Amino acid sequence: MDFAFSEEQEQLRGFARDFLADRYDDVDLARLADSETGVDAEVWPKLAEMGWLDAELTFLDQAVLLEETGYRPLAAPYFSTAVLAAPALDDETAKRVAEGGLTATLAWAEPGVPQGLLDPARATVSGGRLTGEKILVPDGATVDLFVVTAADGLYAVEASAATVTPHRTLDGTRRLATVRFDGAPARPLASGDAAAELLGRIRDRAYAAAALEAVGVAQRALDLLVAYAKERKQFGKPIGVYQAVSHKASDVYVRLQEARSLAYWAAWCVAEDDPMARQACLAAKAFAAEAAVFACENAIQGHGGIGFTWEHVLHRYYKRAQWLAAFDGPARDQHAEIAAFLLD
Amino acid sequence: MDFRDTPEEAAFRAELRSWLEENASRRAIEGGRGDFDEQRAWGGRLYAAGYVGLTWPEEFGGRGLSPTYQAIYLEESARADAPGHPGVIGLNMAGPTIIAWGTDEQKQRYLKPLLSGEEIWCQGFSEPGSGSDLAAGRTSAVLDGDHWVVNGQKVWSSYAHKADWCILVVRTDPDAPKHAGLSYLIVDMHAPGVTVRPLHQITGDPEFNEIFFDDVRVPRESILGRPGDGWKVAMTTLLHERGTLGFALSAELERMVNHLVDLVRQPGPDGRRPADDPLIRDAVAREWIEMQSLRFTNYRALTTLLETGIPGPEGSGVKLAWSEANQRLTSLAQSVFGLHAQVTGDEAPWNGFWQYWQLRARGNTIEAGTSEILRNIIAERVLGLPKGR
Repeated sequence: MDFAFSEEQEQLRGFARDFLADRYDDVDLARLADSETGVDAEVWPKLAEMGWLDAELTFLDQAVLLEETGYRPLAAPYFSTAVLAAPALDDETAKRVAEGGLTATLAWAEPGVPQGLLDPARATVSGGRLTGEKILVPDGATVDLFVVTAADGLYAVEASAATVTPHRTLDGTRRLATVRFDGAPARPLASGDAAAELLGRIRDRAYAAAALEAVGVAQRALDLLVAYAKERKQFGKPIGVYQAVSHKASDVYVRLQEARSLAYWAAWCVAEDDPMARQACLAAKAFAAEAAVFACENAIQGHGGIGFTWEHVLHRYYKRAQWLAAFDGPARDQHAEIAAFLLD
Repeated sequence: MDFRDTPEEAAFRAELRSWLEENASRRAIEGGRGDFDEQRAWGGRLYAAGYVGLTWPEEFGGRGLSPTYQAIYLEESARADAPGHPGVIGLNMAGPTIIAWGTDEQKQRYLKPLLSGEEIWCQGFSEPGSGSDLAAGRTSAVLDGDHWVVNGQKVWSSYAHKADWCILVVRTDPDAPKHAGLSYLIVDMHAPGVTVRPLHQITGDPEFNEIFFDDVRVPRESILGRPGDGWKVAMTTLLHERGTLGFALSAELERMVNHLVDLVRQPGPDGRRPADDPLIRDAVAREWIEMQSLRFTNYRALTTLLETGIPGPEGSGVKLAWSEANQRLTSLAQSVFGLHAQVTGDEAPWNGFWQYWQLRARGNTIEAGTSEILRNIIAERVLGLPKGR
């Protein structure tokens, strides 16, 4: 039993943290979130240079990066490309991703029907051309390639062959789009049982990844809360002296640690293809996303009026936490699946 | 990172599992803690089989293994629903404190009978006037020739009615600043002048006690550390209470989750299965997740302990989170019985198991450091927030 990341992974974490802190202070984050696209267009080649997109990275290596990109949100489709799309890509396309030449995402949800990652898709393909409408596609307006779920399998479609309508979203750096395919040329990636199995694995990874990001978000919210509680004075004392404030911070700390334990467990299960992977990923996603929301809400409360302003960075984290909590269904959906394992 | 057992750990786990299968009787599903003499006999068998004091030095009857093995023991013991060792205060508090502070004579004298369960220990820390504020205790010890003469009163002392020895915090220098005036004695519970009076908990069971000391004569050498070291020695005890119990707590929660799963899958008093209610399903899943999160938080703290010799700060919230989870879980269980949950005695549902544990769980946020004190500790020592006192 060894619950530590390797020395190399800790080094990677250090590099990632420094890189992100140098590139994005809180003002940059706000500027990007409020910008035209919500994306830092120049960062992608740098990610490739640093090896963040290498196909050889294990999921535990990626786990470190995901946690850090939650701590300081990266305005680029890293989650969409590396987590949602990459497992479905053929070797040649994966190579283009690794070289920094391609971003991608997964398009699964459709209007008017159940919208979970594992729910059946209705988009159809005939004669190598895909037709259907996909909604709530993460980073849909900025990526180069879509991995699309269709009734009989998974397909790759170039963004240029689709009609993309971006949404305005609460989280400005991970926006959503509606994507319409009208007989778009589609390359098959997987079909039948293999496609279902692949989608199951993508979902497990996505849940673990969401949990890891959520841990980063919660950690940043806690750090902001603690720093403010030390510095802000009322009634002649730093407000962290008052238990009404300090006990909130303690509760956030405890939830954060529990979330981190589950997220690392899930990450390891994914990396090792462990038989408990499904349950671990469900548990981690449900708990960690709620913990991130809890951390942000307590941090906003602890900051008083300033924490409630548009100028303060906290609402950016809060909205990312809400994105993660809502992604593929709220905690009660994951609870329902876990309950089925336990009770049926 | 690797969550699998090493080959040595896997062998230990397998051997322990089959030993438990052959030797352990499942804990009865009933109200109350169970029969003390049975627990005592069980403690003796555990010791004879080499499963007590796994992490203690071999020279004192332990096996000198890493804490990972203790974690495995606690997990497997809970999964087998095996009874606990009766000497929890000795094993988790007195023993580690004696190993850290005791003289060679003290270690030789006390540790082996403690491990085997032949001698039972209790703790004399809290007083009627000082609970969380331990350093404000007033029970006094005055040197008279070769003896300390102890006078005062302690309270909330589990196992005192069965105990042979007490780890006792006393004031030996009334003129010193409050923390510096304390000393840490080992007191014979059979000595003249020691009176134990049971206190009944809200469960109705007399599980803890008041202890009165009236001119109790304690040999001068029955002290851990020097006079005035009492606070530091007591901190060792509390560190162990809060540091090594994490696995016992997550293992205990796993046992309760398993019982909860059994409970909700059975038809309730109205013929309906609670497991068919989506709200119940959600709540059960939540507690299963909580249990896993505490389990893996313990493993993270253990990894830090193995690497640095000091338990990681991530474990400091385990008792806090566990106590609240246990309260939620047992209340949820009681709720499925509706008003039947009120009926006690022979007609009580589940032989009173959930009644007892739901009420007993209210103590979890009070004993071994109230949740308020634990939140202060995290705020001040882990997060570095300014001290409020």
